[in-house]
Amino acid sequence: MRQEHEIICAGFGGQGVLSMGSIIAYSGMIEGKEVSWMPSYGPEMRGGTANCIVIVADDRISSPIITKFDSAIVLNQPSLDKFEKAVKPGGLLLYEQSTIIHPPTREDIDVVCVPAIEEADKLKAKQVANMIMVGAFLEKRPIVKIETIVSALKKALPEHRHHLIPVNELALKRGKELVHLNEKITA
Amino acid sequence: MEEKKNKTSEAKLMKGNEALAEAAIRADIDGYFGYPITPQSEVLEYLEREIPKRHGLVLQAESEIASINMIYGAAGAGARVMTSSSGPGISLMQEGLSYIASAQLPCLVVNVVRGGPGLGTIQPSQGDYFQAVKGGGHGDYHLIVLAPASVQEMADFVFEGFRLAEKYRNPAMILTDGALGQMMEKVIQPEEGSLPKIKTPWATTGKTKDRDHNIITSLFIKPEEMESVNLQLQEKYRKIEKDEVRFEEIKTEDADILLVAFGLSSRICQKTVDLGREKGIKIGLLRPITLYPYPYKRLNELADQVDFMMSVEMNAGQMVEDVKLAVEGKVPVHFTGRMGGMIPSPDDVLHEIESILDNQNVLQD
Repeated sequence: MRQEHEIICAGFGGQGVLSMGSIIAYSGMIEGKEVSWMPSYGPEMRGGTANCIVIVADDRISSPIITKFDSAIVLNQPSLDKFEKAVKPGGLLLYEQSTIIHPPTREDIDVVCVPAIEEADKLKAKQVANMIMVGAFLEKRPIVKIETIVSALKKALPEHRHHLIPVNELALKRGKELVHLNEKITA
Repeated sequence: MEEKKNKTSEAKLMKGNEALAEAAIRADIDGYFGYPITPQSEVLEYLEREIPKRHGLVLQAESEIASINMIYGAAGAGARVMTSSSGPGISLMQEGLSYIASAQLPCLVVNVVRGGPGLGTIQPSQGDYFQAVKGGGHGDYHLIVLAPASVQEMADFVFEGFRLAEKYRNPAMILTDGALGQMMEKVIQPEEGSLPKIKTPWATTGKTKDRDHNIITSLFIKPEEMESVNLQLQEKYRKIEKDEVRFEEIKTEDADILLVAFGLSSRICQKTVDLGREKGIKIGLLRPITLYPYPYKRLNELADQVDFMMSVEMNAGQMVEDVKLAVEGKVPVHFTGRMGGMIPSPDDVLHEIESILDNQNVLQD
């Protein structure tokens, strides 16, 4: 069957929301899938919220701009307020714990809380909070392999940033584990 | 050879604006003259970064008026040149475009459209359709207008635009929008150097003994002369209209309802086609690829098959006039769209279709 996964990544500018989406898209492309990455580039880019729509599909992608999503990865309250209702029934909503005051209330979707910023602090690398979210997302929805994300990082990052790849790899793994940790707590 | 193969076959994830700029270098442009404006500034930025390492000239002009006149001069000297801008900047270029069309020079102009009118917004729009296909500047002239619907086509149509512009000695335009400029998709670039330079015996490259002076002008003060230039232009446009119409059809074979949309809107409508068919509504889509020349003939044929058509645009309803011209009243032609940088969603379009169908049923009851 034809697989297509539609994702919204949203948060504040500077949280790595756009790069989180582009690394998922890039990895999808490496795995031979069709991909599209549609950023918000308007006033919101100039301070405030940023988001991108990522679609990873087996064949030709129709609209790169959509209003309902299979998954939402949100890193701030305004984004949660905006996109909680945009997740398709049965879909997935991942949110970053410390940035959310009013947690999601929907019961017809899979909601996962990820303490990404806290865990990134523990890794002494605040900037990999987004990769912790990606790791958690891929654990729930393995649309691309974690190894592909790592090799995508190698290709996408300039040489002088390659020393950051190990901590990104660690972040991806940590994200993966956090999903299960959280499940145990709620269970 | 091995290296060449890699150059053509490697898929890259690129923004539309960057894909277009890279394609321009691969199309061996001699020069790019432009002035920054969102949402297409990446074109100039990319070329400023890449051209010095490779080949050609890139120059940030002092304004869009200067850009288009640099294009006029360089094209007159036989150079392969392009510029790009967005709505407000393209408006400033209209005088120059009319001159270039009159002087019959090839060049490529890219409009990455933003919401207007006025300085407007930087969000995507298709509000410049009339300007692109109905003249824009003064006098009886046409641009050859191509409308890409993917990042791949943002690259491919640079080649196609130059091919057509040079074949007909006529300015060509790529009419795209901010979303296609900013979004990233997989793109396989056209092979570098695969667009051979044309012979330009008409160019002002210095008089030689074996020919008269070449004069590039758009001033034909005697009306008899001006009329004969016009007749020449019209003859050229008839040929373009006959030979160069391009469009794509999606699921039209059994369609009862036909959506007509170009560029980004056509991508949105593709999704509407799928959503509709899931509900048993047989929707098809015709996507004009060339906006001038326009696929009037094919739309007229499809009017014999479908119950109604709907033009979907990111404007107040501009192309819908051409759809109406095409179908000659055979079937109702509806319109739906958003303006000012807003984008209709696939569900919005389907909802419009469903409400038309509901109204029809009420009438039939």
